[in-house]
Amino acid sequence: MATATATAARTAQAPTRRRAFDWAPLRTYVQAAIILIWCLAPFYWMIVTAFRDTGYTFESTPYPAHITLDNFATVFDTSLGNHFAQNLLNSLIVAGATTIVALVVGVFAAYALARLNFRFKFAVMGFILGASMFPGVALVTPLFQLFTNIGFMGTYQAMIIPDISFTLPLTVYTLTSFFREMPWELEESARIDGCTQGQAFRKIILPLAAPATFTTAILAFIGAWNEFLIASQLSSEATKPVTVAIASFTGAQPHQEPYTAIMAAGTIVTIPLVALVLIFQRKIVAGLTAGAVK
Amino acid sequence: MSTEVPTRAGAKAGQATHHMPGRESADRKQVTQGRWASLLLAPTLVLLAVVIVYPIVNAVVMSFQKDAGLDPATGFFVQGGFAGFDNYIHWLGQQCNGTACPPGTLGAQFWSAMGTTFFFTIVTVILETVLGFWMAVIMSRTFRGRAAVRAAVLVPWAIPTAVTAKLFVFVFAFEGIVNKLFGSQILWTGSEWPAKWAIVISDVWKTTPFMALLILAGLQLIPDEVYEAAKVDGASAWQRFTQITLPLVKPALMVAILFRTLDVLRMYDLPAIMTGGANNTTTLSILVVDQIREGFNSAGAISTLTFLTVFLVAFIFVRFLGANAVGAATSSGKK
Repeated sequence: MATATATAARTAQAPTRRRAFDWAPLRTYVQAAIILIWCLAPFYWMIVTAFRDTGYTFESTPYPAHITLDNFATVFDTSLGNHFAQNLLNSLIVAGATTIVALVVGVFAAYALARLNFRFKFAVMGFILGASMFPGVALVTPLFQLFTNIGFMGTYQAMIIPDISFTLPLTVYTLTSFFREMPWELEESARIDGCTQGQAFRKIILPLAAPATFTTAILAFIGAWNEFLIASQLSSEATKPVTVAIASFTGAQPHQEPYTAIMAAGTIVTIPLVALVLIFQRKIVAGLTAGAVK
Repeated sequence: MSTEVPTRAGAKAGQATHHMPGRESADRKQVTQGRWASLLLAPTLVLLAVVIVYPIVNAVVMSFQKDAGLDPATGFFVQGGFAGFDNYIHWLGQQCNGTACPPGTLGAQFWSAMGTTFFFTIVTVILETVLGFWMAVIMSRTFRGRAAVRAAVLVPWAIPTAVTAKLFVFVFAFEGIVNKLFGSQILWTGSEWPAKWAIVISDVWKTTPFMALLILAGLQLIPDEVYEAAKVDGASAWQRFTQITLPLVKPALMVAILFRTLDVLRMYDLPAIMTGGANNTTTLSILVVDQIREGFNSAGAISTLTFLTVFLVAFIFVRFLGANAVGAATSSGKK
């Protein structure tokens, strides 16, 4: 912050001869600081509370005080009826399987949409986009009955199947816009060198497309990892993912929300995602906005 | 491509048949590409048909069936069977067994849930558009630390909505930090309007970044020269904003608003966790979920109504407001 204000002051110096003081850079910094605080403050408060002694849950000291790791122990303590380690594993299984299926299937569709000319391309793209905006709640009712009838209720596939309904369109949509930006001349050269279209796809395009595919995988994984509505209806006690577990977390005192433990659980669930997002920031922003602006 | 092929072919075949061979090979290419395309698209389309189209058709079929159960009027067990539009009349007319549904039952909540859903949609989308635009404009400026701001903006987006909901329940708790900071003594989740605003604020916090990033991507497509030229011509900052920025960013903005609108229309996680739908915060999605355990077929009807509502709003956006998401996604392929 100190360097930031220094720069602001320095850049503000130049036009002093014309006007008294150029406020523009300073204003930008103040507004940027407001955005930063607005986005990070609740997140910061979650982490501070996660490390705070339960007795001081509602302390308003703005910095970490009464630091303890007890809350993290509580989160994994199965004697209170929570099975957080199992919930984490469940989330990993459901989100992982969903991502893999969506990618393996979606990558071919995205290639076709980005590269090939065919009739009904517009209609197919429209259908896939429409599917991505589809309200998940409209699936829950029929699937609830269907899964009850075929004994799928509470299984992993009972969550993976509906999760595909939003991850697959997202995957196809994002990959299609990534694929359009790729240097496809290389494919032409491979064809000239005697590769078939299939070989050119496997040997040239797939390795080239790996970063785009990886970014798309992160987006799909985050989507499935964060899913709550479907999981809250179709999972069982044994297959419950973390989002559902956190919403119904039980503490030591029966009529008291165990806020500090919930914040600790939230921190555990969120930190890996935030780390992923910050490491691959540029790629993820490209993936999120892909297609919407071209 | 089309200019090159005929010339080469034409040179061999002579002047008379100049265009023909080229066009033929282009046609053949189109056919092989079409075959490839259907092969590559088939798994996706089949899977989407299984996970979306089949359940939807199923829900529509269910919505025309009677729920089996005890008839409250006669006390006899009623088998299912064809119900006609009864389930729809039940929801749209809030009619239970021929009379108005008693207050408090799910049947009496359809229109209030619809109203709540649209309240959330309109208020959050307006706030997110304004705040998102502001964030995007700041992030599009060059200043040191810009990368940090762009990264920070992704944090609320990455947090699971369920965690966000719990976090904001804590923040808005009676003894929570919000009441302490503002010296207020509001039971945020205890009555209708505070609860609604707490949900709105949580949603705005969580999803404004997405909006800001979409708008930012649109802003970055506007070349600097356009602004320079306008400056030279003496346009004021406000004129530059309304005459250049707004019209040029409009396509991206409309797509962002469309995405967000359709997303809030299906809002479930935040109100379900923060208030459980109490104090008039029940959205359509919550009503559907509550109904599932009280009768599948009735739930099928309200889930179809929810789907139709979302579909209708999407249609209005695309048809009348020019939110061309499909066009944006397909057009750049032809460059």
